[in-house]
Amino acid sequence: MNDFSSALGAAVSLLLAGDAALGEIVGLSLRISLGAVFVATLIGMPLGAATALYRFPGRKALVVLLNALMGLPPVVVGLVVYLMLSRMGPFGVLGLLFSPAAMVIAQTILIIPIIAALSRQIIEDLWREYEEQLRSFGASPGRSMLTLLWDGRFSLSTAVLAGFGRASAEVGAVMIVGGNIDHVTRVMTTAIALEVSKGDLALALGLGIILITLSLAINGAAFALKEMAERRHA
Amino acid sequence: MSDILPLELDNVSFEGGGKRLIKDLSLTFKAGPRTVILGPNGAGKSLLLRLCHGLLKPSAGKVQWQGELGSDPAAHQAMVFQRPVMLRRTVAANAAYALSLRGISGPERRQRVADALKRTGLGRLADQPARVLSFGEQQKLALARAWALRPKVLFLDEPTASLDPAATHAIEEVIDAFHAAGTRIIMTTHDLGQAKRIGDDVIFMHRGRLLEFSTAEKFFEAPENELARAFIAGDLLWWKRPDRH
Repeated sequence: MNDFSSALGAAVSLLLAGDAALGEIVGLSLRISLGAVFVATLIGMPLGAATALYRFPGRKALVVLLNALMGLPPVVVGLVVYLMLSRMGPFGVLGLLFSPAAMVIAQTILIIPIIAALSRQIIEDLWREYEEQLRSFGASPGRSMLTLLWDGRFSLSTAVLAGFGRASAEVGAVMIVGGNIDHVTRVMTTAIALEVSKGDLALALGLGIILITLSLAINGAAFALKEMAERRHA
Repeated sequence: MSDILPLELDNVSFEGGGKRLIKDLSLTFKAGPRTVILGPNGAGKSLLLRLCHGLLKPSAGKVQWQGELGSDPAAHQAMVFQRPVMLRRTVAANAAYALSLRGISGPERRQRVADALKRTGLGRLADQPARVLSFGEQQKLALARAWALRPKVLFLDEPTASLDPAATHAIEEVIDAFHAAGTRIIMTTHDLGQAKRIGDDVIFMHRGRLLEFSTAEKFFEAPENELARAFIAGDLLWWKRPDRH
């Protein structure tokens, strides 16, 4: 209880002090997580929608694979990305290891299956409702996919938020490929891990509270936007 | 006038779930009259419409559009379903959607949408989300979407099921307007009164078979088929199984 109240105190004082280093860490965390969510949405949503609409050999195996990959271990992803981006790896020449870009890549790989699998389920349910009507209109599969993605946008926002939740809470992969370098690749989760290892549990908890508050604020804002838009467009 | 009709069904059967749901059905729809397809539940009325519209492929037999424009029949027909699917957008955007799929854009699309909404009495609701409309209004919007397409053939699958008399009257007025504009109407209904009001021809089906195809006048005054007579008389057909096949 004592630890928790001192953590709360640490969180409040960090926020009130307007600490520049904290601002830098929070900003980098948001940039990396939102960047990963953006890229993963661009890849994952069409992938999920295509899996829902098209019938092809191995489709069921792909569905199972996407569902299974939702639980992809971050450290394994971090390790694989590390090997790819290290000097000996195929993409070593790009010099991305221990940079925010490497962290975005790792998080993108982690959350593509989440967004794709949830999108597939949402689009498949919508397709059951829309299929006859769209086929009657003469919509091609590609156009049907775009229509379903647009009409399912409110439900699909949940898939994006799930991806953001995973990205913002992730520590293993970004620690490996980012290296937790101060002022370069230090984000909230790696900073928390560092403070724990240094024994400053109050500060670690304080950072944790800020991270949870940020996540709540973003989810709350997204939910409010979704509600507002749903009321307007049903 | 160029047309996609006649539509010819040649010995068409359709199987689903291991059962023959449409059995050896042959008939021709020519240009002109309004055809009403009657029959009890499970007769195969909706399946027949879907086979004609191209949403289902027959398990056996052929469905062929024989008219001059028959090589691209999908571009000249529309269907209104019993439960219309409203896209999650405004009433006007719903009406515009199918037009955009057919490559109609710009002022012509706007004109057609405005015309279709006006014709169906939905003009004042153009900017409302379609999914908050009442069921009757949604069915009108489904008709407006079809109207905007200016189809040569319109399939209607029980378009007034679950509607009150006022809404049914409004829908039937629009169907009459389609007919007056030269669109061939082929619709299913359970409602004998509606079949009398709208139908020029009647097709009577039972358990996937076409039992009678005649003019509405002849069908209602002197039906040839025993089951059709029982259906018109209001008898329940579930116990009548002289057509065991």
